Amino acid sequence: MSEAVAVAHGHGVHAAPTSFWRKYVFSLDHKVIGIQYMSYSLFMLVIGGLLAMLVRWQLAFPGRPLAFMGKIVPAGMPGGVMLPEFYNSLFTMHATIMIFFAIMPLLIGAFGNYVVPLQIGARDMAFPRLNMMSFWTAVPGAFLIIASFFVEGGAAQSGWTSYAPLSAIQPKGQTLWLLALLVLGISSLLTAVNFITTIINLRAPGMHFFRMPLTVWALFIDAILLLLALPVLSAAMIMLLFDRILHTTFFLPAGLIVSGAAWTNAGGGQPLLWQHLFWFFGHPEVYIMILPAMGIVSDVMAVFARKPIFGYRSMAYAMCGIAGLGWIVWGHHMFQSGMNPYLGTTFMISTMVIAVPSAIKTFNWLGTLWRGQIHFTTPMLNAIAFVAMFAIGGLSGIFMASTPVDIFIHDTYFIVGHIHYVLFGGSLFGAFAGLYFWFPKMFGRKMSETWGKVHFWLSLIFFNGVMFPMHILGMRGMQRRIYDYTQYSHLKGLQPLNIFMSFSAFALGVSQIVLIVNFFWSLKFGERVGNNPWRANTLEWQTTSPPPHENFAEIPIVYHGPYEYSVPGMAEDYLPQTQPASAPLSSH
Amino acid sequence: MNRRRPSWLSLIVGAAIVAAPALLLAASEPNAPWRLPEEASTYAGRIDGIFNLILWITGIVFFLVEITLLVFLFKYRAKAGGRATYTHGSNRLEVIWTIIPALILVFLAVVSQDSWAYIRNHFPSSGTVIDITAEQFAWNIRYPGPDGKLNTDDDIVTLNQLHFPVDKPALINLHSKDVIHSFFLPEFRIKQDAVPGMTTRVWVQAKHTGNWEIACAELCGLGHYRMKGYLTVDTPEGFQKWLAETAAENKTESK
Ligand code: HEM
Ligand SMILES: [Cu+2]
Ligand SMILES: [Cu+2]
Repeated sequence: MSEAVAVAHGHGVHAAPTSFWRKYVFSLDHKVIGIQYMSYSLFMLVIGGLLAMLVRWQLAFPGRPLAFMGKIVPAGMPGGVMLPEFYNSLFTMHATIMIFFAIMPLLIGAFGNYVVPLQIGARDMAFPRLNMMSFWTAVPGAFLIIASFFVEGGAAQSGWTSYAPLSAIQPKGQTLWLLALLVLGISSLLTAVNFITTIINLRAPGMHFFRMPLTVWALFIDAILLLLALPVLSAAMIMLLFDRILHTTFFLPAGLIVSGAAWTNAGGGQPLLWQHLFWFFGHPEVYIMILPAMGIVSDVMAVFARKPIFGYRSMAYAMCGIAGLGWIVWGHHMFQSGMNPYLGTTFMISTMVIAVPSAIKTFNWLGTLWRGQIHFTTPMLNAIAFVAMFAIGGLSGIFMASTPVDIFIHDTYFIVGHIHYVLFGGSLFGAFAGLYFWFPKMFGRKMSETWGKVHFWLSLIFFNGVMFPMHILGMRGMQRRIYDYTQYSHLKGLQPLNIFMSFSAFALGVSQIVLIVNFFWSLKFGERVGNNPWRANTLEWQTTSPPPHENFAEIPIVYHGPYEYSVPGMAEDYLPQTQPASAPLSSH
Repeated sequence: MNRRRPSWLSLIVGAAIVAAPALLLAASEPNAPWRLPEEASTYAGRIDGIFNLILWITGIVFFLVEITLLVFLFKYRAKAGGRATYTHGSNRLEVIWTIIPALILVFLAVVSQDSWAYIRNHFPSSGTVIDITAEQFAWNIRYPGPDGKLNTDDDIVTLNQLHFPVDKPALINLHSKDVIHSFFLPEFRIKQDAVPGMTTRVWVQAKHTGNWEIACAELCGLGHYRMKGYLTVDTPEGFQKWLAETAAENKTESK
């Protein structure tokens, strides 16, 4: 705690490091850690994307060989022909890597770490050492998950949800999968504790809770969700590890017969227990992945519409509502699982209710644009795409919430379409918005707007080309996680559509090269743009770009909320939080 | 900052406004390839009814939201010397747009509940009783023999061949030997997991005779994609005849 107190009082926590190792590798500075997380997650995003491309190859042309892959992974694709078990590994690892190793570290680790202390006017996180440990704990997690491809029997193959008993009887890769996620869970837990403490204790003078930018709100709620959800997942994973290694039977009922032989350690367990535990974590998890993006998008929209956020308080309350309700809807993943149908009804009602805060947020974003002065910068375009695409993901969720409709679409591609509208259309576009928005703060240079727009449009178009038809596949009854749908006569006719989707996916993948090149090119040659290029109000823009060691020459004092744009009677259309208003500000 | 007029935007707005109703209409076009599959069970129509209701509601909301978004983007694009309106919101508007979605969603929940109860909670009191045990990667199907009881010596068993008669409920008990599978008859709009250690039940009634495929909808291992069964809906006489033939085959095999 003494560290926290020291920072709160504005004394330096740590002198500026001088050695290379302390400065760039084992750094205690939240900004460096944020950038470390960013490199980590963007690297994993590329791996996750490449795995998706392989999945899409198989779905476009089931069984057609890819000669060069035969050389790279002879065990999974002998002669270039993908084996079904390898296919199962591919989508399992794609989803796992995207969720736990790309989107979470990007939104929380990278943007959260970089932006939160700056936006609340703190010198660093409350526990800088813990922060460094969080990152360095996440690194072995990535090694473990990648290493799992190379163990006997290949990587985990039971989907990112790893339903027992399948996950209990899988080859070794599943054990590594469990270990990797346990390690990552520890790292996220440390991060969560740090965020909560930082946001509660280290706010600059005058930074009341209802003067915090929505990004901070989102990450605060996120941290609480993580703190409560992760232990449940970790417990379930330890139980599954025990079932696999110590021959306990938490998830294994009596009388299992696998491949004609009685499974030796079975008896007394309950397969549905895994699902309850998993989704008790898993449902909050999907909000954990969308809330920070919602926060970022709100900040970006206010800046580029030059307007206060419409209904700032209800935006914060809606996030609290989502978080609170997020705990009582997990069963909507289990409508067809054999759970008592009466329970299905209660879960349906709570699920319908949780759609309301999302609706409120969407309308408030529209309200923010209304009568604004909209500047179509790259961050803004990505933020707008977030709203447009998240609307699709949110609305498609209503189909699943309806229990009778879910009978049909559960475990079909409709679900996969929904996931991607929320996670790619939502979280990832939110992350892109944040990346283009804060890049000048992080590196003192702006990313190329032209190439940013090229990247944006290509991503938006091809993203819809891959993901929208997934709903149609689902409506035709195409199951998800299926290696060769052409085995079914009612699905054979879907191949042309699948080919179209796969080519869109390859194009989407290639489009990301534009982002990567722009990123590195701009690091070196981007336009130098000063401290506050977007003329924004929040505290991170009131210091140098990049900010100095310990962020602020002097701890700022906050006079009002973060979204005072276009205040009448003022010459400038923005009013930094550090600048007192000349006349009283309206709250309506 | 960029103050150019985005003329491409008007193009997109136009395209969206044209594409939108076209998409919705296309979705309801009876013979289009993206229609829901044929409705082969008596309750498939109920599920599709709710599906289409939700499609219309969400479709309309979707176009309202997206068109409003595009119109705002166009109308309120930055103009030289322009200034945004300074407002923190409107309580009245927020209350309205909280209550309307809440009412629509509650309405959808109520409508859904009725069919959910019909399909999942109220089982027909008579019908053809069938036991199905899933295993990696096959469906073991079992009918009571002449004694009318399941799990006795005279049971009639088949592999991956499910038959039941038309116009009469089929009462199916699902079990699994190993991992979780999911019994899926897309045209009948029925899906239910088969979970080891427990019995789950579904019922279904066919509207007409014919042949369909049974799919497995829950990832159950490397052969998940080929865990396929076949369903034949017979006339009552045809079904009795098939049962008798299968019973005879069972006998010769066990000899
Ligand atoms: C280039 C972009 C992407 C493509 C082409 C792609 C493609 C796919 C495909 C084809 C599947 C279905 C696998 C199956 O069920 O058989 C899938 C599943 C999934 N993807 Fe993606 N994806 C992409 C990006 C993402 C991103 C950015 C995320 C998350 C942040 C993500 C998360 C998931 C999840 C959670 C699943 C569910 C896997 C499961 O069923 O267990 N994907 N993806
Ligand atoms: Cu199966
Ligand atoms: Cu299966």
